Amino acid sequence: MAARATVYLDHAATTPMRADAIAAMTAALGVVGNPASIHSAGQEAKRLLEESREQVAATLGADPIEVVFTGSGTEAVNLAIKGLWWQRQATAPGGSGSRPRILVPGGEHHATLDTVEWLRAHEGAVVEELPLDELGRVRVDALAAALDRDAASVALVTMLWANNEVGTIQPVAEVARLAAAAGVPLHVDAIAAYGQLPIDLHALRAASGAGPATGLVAISVSAHKIGGPVGIGALVLDRSARLEPLLHGGGQQRRVRSGTQDVAAAVGFAVAASAVHARLGEDAARMSALRDRLIAGVRAAVPDARLSGDPDPAGRLPGNAHFSFPGCEGDSLLFLLDAAGVAVSTGSACQAGVPEPSHVLMAMGRTEEDARGALRITLGHGSTEDDVDAFLAALPAAYERASRAGLAARATSFDR
Amino acid sequence: MSGGVDSAVAAARAVEAGHDVVGVHLALSRMPGTLRTGSRGCCTIEDSMDAQRAANVLGIPYYVWDFSERFKADVVDDFIAEYTAGRTPNPCMRCNERIKFAALLEKALALGFDAVATGHYAKIETDAAGNRELHRASAWAKDQSYVLGVLTAEQLAHAYFPLGDTPSKQLVREEAARRGLSVAQKPDSHDICFIPDGDTRGWLAERVGTETGDIVDRAGAVVGSHEGAHAYTVGQRRGLHLGTPAPDGRPRFVLEVRPKQNTVVVGPKEALAIAEIAGSRFTWAGEPPADPAEPFACEVQIRAHADPVPAIARVSTDAAGSAELVVTPETPLDGVAPGQTAVVYVGTRVLGQCTIDRTVSAVPVDA
Repeated sequence: MAARATVYLDHAATTPMRADAIAAMTAALGVVGNPASIHSAGQEAKRLLEESREQVAATLGADPIEVVFTGSGTEAVNLAIKGLWWQRQATAPGGSGSRPRILVPGGEHHATLDTVEWLRAHEGAVVEELPLDELGRVRVDALAAALDRDAASVALVTMLWANNEVGTIQPVAEVARLAAAAGVPLHVDAIAAYGQLPIDLHALRAASGAGPATGLVAISVSAHKIGGPVGIGALVLDRSARLEPLLHGGGQQRRVRSGTQDVAAAVGFAVAASAVHARLGEDAARMSALRDRLIAGVRAAVPDARLSGDPDPAGRLPGNAHFSFPGCEGDSLLFLLDAAGVAVSTGSACQAGVPEPSHVLMAMGRTEEDARGALRITLGHGSTEDDVDAFLAALPAAYERASRAGLAARATSFDR
Repeated sequence: MSGGVDSAVAAARAVEAGHDVVGVHLALSRMPGTLRTGSRGCCTIEDSMDAQRAANVLGIPYYVWDFSERFKADVVDDFIAEYTAGRTPNPCMRCNERIKFAALLEKALALGFDAVATGHYAKIETDAAGNRELHRASAWAKDQSYVLGVLTAEQLAHAYFPLGDTPSKQLVREEAARRGLSVAQKPDSHDICFIPDGDTRGWLAERVGTETGDIVDRAGAVVGSHEGAHAYTVGQRRGLHLGTPAPDGRPRFVLEVRPKQNTVVVGPKEALAIAEIAGSRFTWAGEPPADPAEPFACEVQIRAHADPVPAIARVSTDAAGSAELVVTPETPLDGVAPGQTAVVYVGTRVLGQCTIDRTVSAVPVDA
């Protein structure tokens, strides 16, 4: 029962750091010099940093100057949403308070949900939640209607590129077109999508007819989801866009993000980004095939299991499978699979590690009982058929036992 | 594992005894506080982290299981309902009865475990016929068998109390330090875990509101007013703020709470004396007496930290077939409130318990 996981299928939480990224990062840790220093040591550090920025920019269809390194994906999301919010308030032609609306789909990551909630509570933002369809895709017609209702009063639109829990790929191109046409800036949280789907800022801006500082202007990504180190992310910020910084200080990175830059982490990030980008298509195809094998296997083993998200393989992240097991607690399944040596996720957990019914499934109109039985299985670049088969071998017994344990809220045989 | 020192050492001993142990922390609220405050010993994120660190040191897996819905329904809402009905509940007992040794135990059994081990100070012994019995801990000063008195034979069959033989809490703390557990010096918890600041009256007032009512003496004369009868407990002396002094000038105590009339009855200390207690919700902690209808000698304890009192108990069944456990203490008991649990002991063994429904005063009204 105390066996530790040997099969890792929670790559959406974090994925193992690549060996080439570890090697490059540890070598860079030995380099002395602050990239802001003028002497030769500083210049050497700066060279490594900027080479890394160029490599990351190339994987995102952006210019190097448009890549702002942050301390995490969460920081990138906060910087985009709050920074754009304050900048849009300061420049509103109608004056303060004339541009209070933030349009955001339900089922977003907490980095977004809690940030817009903070802006609502502290800064007077009017947060309008856009509905999801039953597959977890934002209702584009609802967005169009919200923009039609007075686009001048919208501060920004923010959304996921692909949902981190159920893997549904969002209609980013359509949303970008609508935002561009309405003259509203759009931020996209691509943390779950990066390394699995092609992301190209300039191409998408051109295709959607974005004008200066409007349409798609910002994309958030994180290194540790693609085999880079934890502790570095990036906000890709179109050169035409301005935002208010969250951190004030030395004025590094376009004065958008002050703080001494982490050269070694940037090097590790860049090596991982370049390696993943070079094989993006073939790796995505390989992962999709593994995922489809996994989904078919779950359906064969547990016919009652319900796949969440898009059943069309093209509509979901190549590495994502997400099921609800009726009559089970997700945390029972997680425990039993963990004991059998397979690491998976229930999708979301709060700070204390308490499993909560998935807010994503709730936003998709599912019942709380359905949401309680959720299990997310996510593949990474190193995942193999053996990993999938080990999960499928452990699942039936775990499901049988978890069904017996049932739902925590029900009456028990010990009740009197 | 609550995050306290007792459950951490209990887990350590279970591991050392060769069992296959998994640490489980109960999430009892969907919105836990962040940091420990005052004398609470559980339920915050800090406590959850303490429990996880202890599990790390012991090298055992650790999980948080969410019983917040059951806890709210069976413990918190029950606590409010009992107070609203003028009774004095013991939420820790309800938690043992309905959560730790019901919801948690059933889930654990279904998932393949054999027992729930806790850091309670109590012992389980086996009689000659192989029946499990619940007994007081070796150290009476720390004995917690009272709050486990609600457990039945089925529950005891899967309960494990590794601290039962420990002579003192200090030794448990020393053992925790020796084992490298960071919670070795963590303060003991005293208060009700879901009332963060220990202000039960204020907490209840927020949930059931306040309504001014009369404080009356045993003859029915109004002697004061209050802001809600539910805030009062039988035996309570402080906080009555009576404007009219008693005729004899002696302190007065709460004798009875009448929630329907929103009235609190007060009187002299000797009027608190109770000659008989009875409850229809009773259980046996293991084998029942051979003939429960036959009066038997025992000791009765009515609070976690009260002294046991010699008594005679029996099960009385009325013509309609409804049974109640009736306990007659040798000398009258003070401050017994309906809703409290009377635990019946024979020697160190917990024989059973009832939730007190009714009491019989030892003193006539006109005394």
